[in-house]
Amino acid sequence: MATTTAVGKTPVAVPDDGHKHKKNALSDGQGRLAWLLLAPTLLIILVMAGIPVVMSIRESFFANTSKPDPNTGLIKQGESFVGFQNFSQIFKGQNQVQGSWGTIDRFWNAFFNTTAITIVCVILETILGIAMALIMAKAFRGRGVVRAGILVPWAIPTIVSALMWKLIFDEAGVMNKILGAHILWLADTGASFWAIIIADTWKTAPFIGLLTLAGLQTIPAEVYEAAKVDGATAWKTFLRITLPMVKPTLVVAVLFRTLDTLRMFDLPYGMIGPGKYRVETLSVFSYQEAVAVRYGSAAAYSIILFIYVLLVASLFVKVLGADVIGDSAPKKSKKKKKDQEAETAQVPALEQVGGAH
Amino acid sequence: MTFRRPARRVLIAAASLSALTLAAACGGGGGSSGGAPSSAGASGGGADLTKQGDTEFWAGKDTTGVGHKLVDMFNAQHPNGKVTFHELPDNADQQQQQMIQNTQIKNPKMGILSVDVVWTAQFAANGYIIPLPTDQFPTDQLLKPAVDAATYFNKLYAYPNTSDGGLLYYRKDLLQKAGVSKPPTTWDEMKADCTKVQALPEGKGVDCFAGQYQKYEGLTVNFAEAVNSAGGVILGPDGKPNVNTPEATKGLDRLVNFFKDGTIPKGAITWQEEQGRQAFQSGKLVFHRNWAYVYSLANKTDGSSKIAGKFGVAPLLGESGAGVSSLGGHNYAIAANADAKGTAADFIKWSSSPETQKTAFLASTNAPTLTSLYTDTEIVKKYPFMPILLTSIQTAAPRPKAVKYSDVTLAIQDAAYGALQGQTPSADALKTLQDKLTTLTQ
Repeated sequence: MATTTAVGKTPVAVPDDGHKHKKNALSDGQGRLAWLLLAPTLLIILVMAGIPVVMSIRESFFANTSKPDPNTGLIKQGESFVGFQNFSQIFKGQNQVQGSWGTIDRFWNAFFNTTAITIVCVILETILGIAMALIMAKAFRGRGVVRAGILVPWAIPTIVSALMWKLIFDEAGVMNKILGAHILWLADTGASFWAIIIADTWKTAPFIGLLTLAGLQTIPAEVYEAAKVDGATAWKTFLRITLPMVKPTLVVAVLFRTLDTLRMFDLPYGMIGPGKYRVETLSVFSYQEAVAVRYGSAAAYSIILFIYVLLVASLFVKVLGADVIGDSAPKKSKKKKKDQEAETAQVPALEQVGGAH
Repeated sequence: MTFRRPARRVLIAAASLSALTLAAACGGGGGSSGGAPSSAGASGGGADLTKQGDTEFWAGKDTTGVGHKLVDMFNAQHPNGKVTFHELPDNADQQQQQMIQNTQIKNPKMGILSVDVVWTAQFAANGYIIPLPTDQFPTDQLLKPAVDAATYFNKLYAYPNTSDGGLLYYRKDLLQKAGVSKPPTTWDEMKADCTKVQALPEGKGVDCFAGQYQKYEGLTVNFAEAVNSAGGVILGPDGKPNVNTPEATKGLDRLVNFFKDGTIPKGAITWQEEQGRQAFQSGKLVFHRNWAYVYSLANKTDGSSKIAGKFGVAPLLGESGAGVSSLGGHNYAIAANADAKGTAADFIKWSSSPETQKTAFLASTNAPTLTSLYTDTEIVKKYPFMPILLTSIQTAAPRPKAVKYSDVTLAIQDAAYGALQGQTPSADALKTLQDKLTTLTQ
């Protein structure tokens, strides 16, 4: 289904074998026209993303440090430049909290929570997602119903599913009835952490499933037939054919999930509630700082999260070779070995996803 | 296959994904950098309260419909300036956030703010609201604790409109069957009564007591009540924290031990007001601490309550004699940047008149702030618990009056939640709390 979008987006300008284009009047005109056509988009990106980012960075160096006047109790309004104080305070350990990682600074507690939730969630979601994709790819009666059923969780807004799971995980809720146990999921316990994992996996495994399905459908049937002829077992076929061939899509799906889970907010906040240190993520923490009218540190923590996300993303690209934007086409100056044959077969992953996520 | 590694492009993609996070955190920040104090009224009590014009009344979600009704009534008799009801979300944090953001952008239409009692210090200290002249806003007819809670540095910043105090709901029928004629007045008596009730065949599987112990504002309320009822304080009269005391430890230990010995059911650690009310209404509790709103809901005979007519209301419990409630309620204040401050002042005065308060109370059961209404025959006939509620409010202790209230309440919740879950001994939790509060109230 998603592959169809790739058709419409096939680049018009076919890259040549690495030689420079001839300069001519026509291409110059196209350049100007391209700028003109792109201008509204660029303007929107600038207003919606560029300016807020710059303002956030500026804000992260400011804070209101005034204390109430001893006679009137009034506080001088306005913020002053405080340098790196909003960043350096995370190393001072003045805000100790007790979470899953012992009594540590609230920032680091949130940082480790975010990391732990991301690692566990993404692993579970990937496994489940691949399983879902394999089921959805099979031809059987009622396949449409199964496909739709698997995708339902993904279609539900996160905050709605957070409230739904809150009811399920209630002390007198369905989950405890099924388990026949009395687990306090919504308190601030180790079980709260797993409640988040379960709810997030339920919601987003279909996303990985959907993307993987798109990848599966690009694998030609002949490869499987050949494997059958050679007498490969189902497991071998999966390991040697399905997995390698679906890898480009899968890696991008996992990358998106990782970046998304690192920013997780709705589930911990909506389901378990604020101030629960076993599930407090960096997004929740910086939101709480903003609620406490400390915009400076809220911005600083968001920027740290931003850098963290950036590092994880580049790690993905380095280690797993995720091809997000689909510019596998050779660059003008550098010609790399024998990439070209591979590239022709490869549909850029982002286009398979059907645009940005 | 080998893949090219367009690292830079990926970073750009990741950057734009994350930009949303930043934009969200940026919120209303950076509005008033480096300026002088932003409010005109902050310097003294000299704000001009004469200018009439259209203005807005900012309050939380109008669940009972009474807010709209009152605004319409006011507009019908006030031709000089109309008031519009600007309805905010149900969530108190979000209400507070919107009020603060609109102060920072100096919204002139935001006129009257419905301020939670615990926000008074923060809103007053930051100049979001202006002091009210006492000659125009007399306080002698109002409940004293409600007035105290709206006062900051000896100035009245908000006019008390609704109040609230905790009540002890108890199962009259079960106590009678067990041979107990009067509700208990101390924790020990309550435990003894529970033992008797639980020995009855009807008392099987019924838990003794519960309040609100989920980690949220309700926990602060219940913790403060336990500490105050045992003779302790959170902040002393001088505003300095004094919570690391034997009395406070005794109060917190009460709740901790109740959880340990099953007097309070284990699951109550996740209860807010509604879960507790439902447990009480379905007959699973003998005693229940909650606000006044529960009375009419638990008395409903449409089948939603199994205990209609079978329960009574008593004052909260303490170590030796009645306990001390935490004070709830909302007060009306005039926003610092409001344009039509005269209309705002008129609305607040009108809202506090005996007739308006009576109408509002009968429509919403939010406790009034005028002392006289608690003995009004029509009201007492409908709500026989009014004298008990009056005592509860008159003896209530305000929650800590702190400029950084959101940090203070979180620190309290951290300490109480850890202790109630058995993770930290009460004494250690209170020692940590004392240190945190000392930093926060500097």
